[in-house]
Amino acid sequence: MEGNVVIVGASHAAAQAVDSLRREGFSGRLVLVGDEPELPYQRPPLSKKYLAGEFDPARLWIRPASFYEQQRCEVRLGRRAVAIDRERQSLALDDGSVLPYDALLLATGGRVRPATVPGAQLAGIHYLRTRADVDGIRADLAPGRRAVIVGAGYIGLECAASCAKLGLSVTVLEMAPRVMSRVVAPEMSAFYQAEHASHGVDLRLNTTVAAFEGGPRVSGVVCSDGSRFPADLVIVGIGIVPNVELAAEAGIACDNGIAVDEFCRTSDPKVYAIGDCCSHPSPHYRRRIRLESVDNAFEQAKTAAANICGREVRHDKIPWFWSDQYDHKLQIVGLSQDYDRVVLRGDPATRSFSCCYLKGRELVALDAVNQPRDFMVAKKVIAERVPLDLGRLGDPAVSLKEAGLPA
Amino acid sequence: MADLIVVDRDGVEHKVEGKVGVSVMETLRELDWGVAAICGGMCSCATCHIYVDDAWLGKLPAPQPDEKELLQELSGYQPNSRLSCQVQLEESVSGLRVSIAPDE
Repeated sequence: MEGNVVIVGASHAAAQAVDSLRREGFSGRLVLVGDEPELPYQRPPLSKKYLAGEFDPARLWIRPASFYEQQRCEVRLGRRAVAIDRERQSLALDDGSVLPYDALLLATGGRVRPATVPGAQLAGIHYLRTRADVDGIRADLAPGRRAVIVGAGYIGLECAASCAKLGLSVTVLEMAPRVMSRVVAPEMSAFYQAEHASHGVDLRLNTTVAAFEGGPRVSGVVCSDGSRFPADLVIVGIGIVPNVELAAEAGIACDNGIAVDEFCRTSDPKVYAIGDCCSHPSPHYRRRIRLESVDNAFEQAKTAAANICGREVRHDKIPWFWSDQYDHKLQIVGLSQDYDRVVLRGDPATRSFSCCYLKGRELVALDAVNQPRDFMVAKKVIAERVPLDLGRLGDPAVSLKEAGLPA
Repeated sequence: MADLIVVDRDGVEHKVEGKVGVSVMETLRELDWGVAAICGGMCSCATCHIYVDDAWLGKLPAPQPDEKELLQELSGYQPNSRLSCQVQLEESVSGLRVSIAPDE
């Protein structure tokens, strides 16, 4: 294929799309537009090793600068896309330049959901999405300082673990009655709550932030029950909002993200969307989903590139995720929102176990804590909808592979 | 720098300069015909699978249990399988010969 392809966004999905478009035989002009000042870099280490100062910044790049030259990809960094003209098939940038396209690939990602309570603008209140965000947090980290983290999802808990490791005094405030409540079962929450407590993290559940105090720097957090927590710095990790505005303002359909079909195509067949910014139909789960994950960004980039180049490919993957907190490797496969039973494989007290989410006899998701084998096997068991014998499933001495009902 | 001999998925052998002190994955990821390495080296995804030439296998530290478990469940698993994110490239193993495993 020849012509012009423009990619908006410069993170995991975009970097993979450059690679996949060329691999699929796109030989025309390829432009990558990113509003951050640097080449696509890995985000997962930001809340973990990079925050803890154990990761050299040069190692964050997904691909070296030479890759984009070799792929004949024009990289426009520090530039924001401001409008799509669908009739003319062109994209306007904030410097006034206009890029024509035959296919436009939106990989706009998400932005952090801001805290809206009084005092939210004080200095020392941080978010975590970009490398610049983490450099800002790191400048505030020192042993003995008091870090208050708002939100006990993946980002909040990974930050808590990284800060505790660096010798800060860490408090985590969470509105819900348990940690990671949107994504894991109560058994998993209980395990992680105990692990954080054992590392000295003060975890406050059912606690809603009412205001931040201080000035010009934050000095404390006030909660709706009147409790107060002194703070030298605050990290807010309450989720992301998909960046849909560029698409929505051009009249492209949005539904919890830029809505795409199984070919990563939006309501405009010349415009594709991939990664955190889009919602897509999941053939396996039979509903529309939006994922915030590197794996999904990577797979959708490959799917979109193939379809742009005229090779029809459907996106139908079982999603997976990972989270590192302290020495524990959590690997998640599948989506656990729709289940009727949880079966544990192994005893959480041994710090190596899996939590199986079932709908009837079908495994819909699995969380593996220091149990990589179950994670690997579960990918296949979920995809193939293998009916399981629940008794054998709950016996960690029986491999997950052998837990299927006899045919 | 240490030499790394990489056999790609088409069986073509390449001699590349590998980065010392970091994992083999970080060199392979930068090659056009390299590895995906989705998790970025956390030993969490098994998308940086390689085969280590038998002559070199004994010169590398043995894999940890978590790496072994991930490897053994790959359909392309062989006794000389490794995750390249868990193999550190040092000058002492300059000339290390590895093959990129097939996509799963």
